[in-house]
Amino acid sequence: MKSSPLDYLNNAAGPRAQSILPLTWFTLGISIVVCVIIAILLWFAVRRARQQDRLVEMRSIPVERGGNGIRWISIGLIISAVPLAATLVWTMLTLAAIAGPPAHPGLILDVTARQWWWEVQYNGLQPTDVFATANEIHIPVGVPVLVRLHGGDVIHSFWVPKLSGKTDVIPGQTNLSWMQADSPGRYLGQCSEFCGFQHAHMQFDVVAEPQADFDKWQALQREPAPPPVSPEQTRGLALVEYRCGLCHRVRGTAAGAISAPDLTHLMSRRSLAAGTLLNNSGNLVGWIQNPQNIKPGSQMPNQYLSAQQLSDALAYLESLK
Amino acid sequence: MRQPDFRTPAVGTTSIELEARLLRLWETSPGLKGFLTSVDHKQIGIRYIVTAFIFLALGGVEALIMRLQLAGPNLTLLTPAEYDQLFSTHGMTMIFLYAAPVLSGFSNYLWPLLLGSRDMAFPRLNALSYWIYLASGLFLYAGFVTGNGPNDGWFNYVPYASRDFNPGLNEDFYSLGMVFLGISTTVGAANFIVTAFRTRAPGMSINRLPIMVWGTLTASVANVIVVPAVSLAFFMLWMDRQFGTQFFDPAGGGQPLLWQHLFWIFGHPWVYAIVLPAMGMVSDGLPVFCRRPLVGYSLVALSTVATMILGFGVWVHHMFATGLPGLGLSFFSGASIVIVLPSAVAVFAWIATIRLGRPVITTAFLFFSSMILLFVIGGVSGFMTASVPVDWQLTDTYFVVAHLHYVLIGINVFPVVGATYFWFPKMTGRMLNEQLGRWNFWTMFLGFNLAFLPMHLTGLLGMPRRVYTYNDYGGWHALNLITSIGAFVFAIGVLLLFVNVLRSLRNGAVAGKNPWDAPTLEWSVSSPPPPYNFAVIPTLASRHPLWEDRLGNEGIVSNMDRGMLLDEGKETIATTALDAAPDMVLEMPEDSFAPVLLTLGLAVLFVGLLLKVWLAVGLGAAIAALALLAWFWPRSELRERTPAHG
Repeated sequence: MKSSPLDYLNNAAGPRAQSILPLTWFTLGISIVVCVIIAILLWFAVRRARQQDRLVEMRSIPVERGGNGIRWISIGLIISAVPLAATLVWTMLTLAAIAGPPAHPGLILDVTARQWWWEVQYNGLQPTDVFATANEIHIPVGVPVLVRLHGGDVIHSFWVPKLSGKTDVIPGQTNLSWMQADSPGRYLGQCSEFCGFQHAHMQFDVVAEPQADFDKWQALQREPAPPPVSPEQTRGLALVEYRCGLCHRVRGTAAGAISAPDLTHLMSRRSLAAGTLLNNSGNLVGWIQNPQNIKPGSQMPNQYLSAQQLSDALAYLESLK
Repeated sequence: MRQPDFRTPAVGTTSIELEARLLRLWETSPGLKGFLTSVDHKQIGIRYIVTAFIFLALGGVEALIMRLQLAGPNLTLLTPAEYDQLFSTHGMTMIFLYAAPVLSGFSNYLWPLLLGSRDMAFPRLNALSYWIYLASGLFLYAGFVTGNGPNDGWFNYVPYASRDFNPGLNEDFYSLGMVFLGISTTVGAANFIVTAFRTRAPGMSINRLPIMVWGTLTASVANVIVVPAVSLAFFMLWMDRQFGTQFFDPAGGGQPLLWQHLFWIFGHPWVYAIVLPAMGMVSDGLPVFCRRPLVGYSLVALSTVATMILGFGVWVHHMFATGLPGLGLSFFSGASIVIVLPSAVAVFAWIATIRLGRPVITTAFLFFSSMILLFVIGGVSGFMTASVPVDWQLTDTYFVVAHLHYVLIGINVFPVVGATYFWFPKMTGRMLNEQLGRWNFWTMFLGFNLAFLPMHLTGLLGMPRRVYTYNDYGGWHALNLITSIGAFVFAIGVLLLFVNVLRSLRNGAVAGKNPWDAPTLEWSVSSPPPPYNFAVIPTLASRHPLWEDRLGNEGIVSNMDRGMLLDEGKETIATTALDAAPDMVLEMPEDSFAPVLLTLGLAVLFVGLLLKVWLAVGLGAAIAALALLAWFWPRSELRERTPAHG
């Protein structure tokens, strides 16, 4: 059985999820032991029972009190209290250690959850340093990252099982979460509060990479979109500005709306439609033409482009590296 | 003291003439009129149970359709919109229209018989509570069959439930239906509370109450306290949706989290309300098959109450991920861990009862005793979610789905089916088939565990809840397929119960008064009991009136043959709250059209509100007012009289 990218039982990749892991195993272990003990007790109690397949003449079996039943209850209670107390203490210690955001985060992100995608905003000292991307969060390895969570429409929940437990994203309040990845890798995140039709398809990637790679990535993302270099791309840009620009933004062009994912560096991302499809030409075409079939209820309408328009749009979009 | 009606009830023994006289007084008239007007708690109880089982079947079919969709990754049997309505309606049905009403049904049927009374304290209120349950159930399902079922889960979080994101009638049906249903729950709970405290047979002091009465009483007190919170929340939501109030809208200064607090301060105590009476069924039923009294009666009774008191302080454990401050979370985490202890009292009491008794395996015993294990599994998974950091990973994954099904099926369905095998003979005069019963039990037990035990792992491997489809990440497909197969096996088990009931109604062995040789009062009367329950009001001297000769308590003799006759009208006795000393003769109302008419009026009113047809609202209110007028019209024969003591 290959491990699920959302599995939080087998391994964790950062200190926040790592400190939960042993507590999870501890409580799970206690739980299994308790179930086994109770099953054994029950088995020994019931084992002596007589089978009655036909209607019982129960009256023939004598009724009497007897045995010190209260002792069972008191011993049971005393034994139960021990793991409960241990769990309580461990819970409080873990809570104190990982609940609060780090005092000196290396990176502060603003994440806005919308039906059904994630907007990720990186900040900087200059207005030109600020950029937004979607459904893919890059972080440097070994650095605590503070995530400010903003509700865009309904309630969602931010969850990267390998790095951090859930924090709800609630309109009208800014919740804080934080995470830190100790080794480079791609960690899957998933919305975990029911948010409507496409709650199932609301994923994102957290890409942890060495600081130098991260800096390179960030520098690239800050750049506006490259200008078109072929007639096809030029026609494609016009189409994108006219059709896609009502909702999407491509920095450096007239497409400037922000109610859908920023497309400036679309091709640098692994997935389309918040983890619904892998990002490749075929899927991109399918997604543009018929998103309602792929992700029913999504805010993206079907486009009905002609073959010519589609190939122009594709030529331009694929230049957005 | 009210002098004019001062009267000492005559005391005597039962006789044919007395029974004939009582039958004339208490019998419901036949036909449609009787059906619509009856206030007999036994008829109402059976209607409750049958209706609740129909809703159980509906909710079950909804679950099976969902399990087909989830049997494999990326299946397209259902659209997301259909799936959302199915899972929301499934939750609504099972929690509101099955789990609580079925317990109300058993309690309605059994309480007066357990307590030695001739009816509930407020028989017409009892009828009203059933009719409103039925009407609101139909109202909610009218939404579902017209494609307007709830689509935001049973928990119905805003802002997704608000009009901006959910413009259809779906949430209006759900909001108004829940306010409507809340009336039924509230009047029912008030009736149970007064009945438990005031209409017990003389001598049935508070320390002789069957545990099921403790369970339902505790649940009823909780309902009276918490149902207003949820009714208010749904009313506020409807106002937000239809009249632009902004209770939950952050743009207008409202708070989405307010909904969650109002909902869960109701929702968590409600979970205890739908398990405590069922735990009571086990506490009362299991000892009969162990041939000994329950171990630790007082501790179990107290732990029932303690669970509920602690249960008021745990609602935030549904909200650990909402960004509340750590100190607050710690408190609720602690309370959620501590609440394990009173549950442990019941578990060890049951096991000790089996161990120290002479257990006899019957189908009822199998359901009751297996429930202990399911209860523990559901309990420990709940304990895991009580730890805040662990819950940050577990919450909203399939782990929680597994947990809540162990709680609701394990601690509600299993005891209820056991109770059906146990009390069916009393209700119908016939035994359920034990052979078929074994098949019934093992199919349900194996199917249930096959479906839900692997589901814990599905959750631990990260599968989120409430998704209409999924990718096959490490093992998800296999686990989901197993769950789907288990769900169908479980459904076959439930079907076997229905088959057994229908067959046994006609062909079952005749039960007689007390087929299980059980110790409590309901087994002292014929099966099914006469409309007046008891020809003479019994006098209790112990917790086990029918086992007194064998438990060897010298000189303790309850009296079921000689007692107050109360045959001058439709009468029963009211007793004092703690000691159950005779206090007052209660004049009970005749059958009445008022409850069904009031329900009809309210139904018209709620449909009017839903469609905003104000004429219908006015008409419904007028019908309801007329019904209330008829209900409360003063009648001299209902004047209460105080008896002499002794």
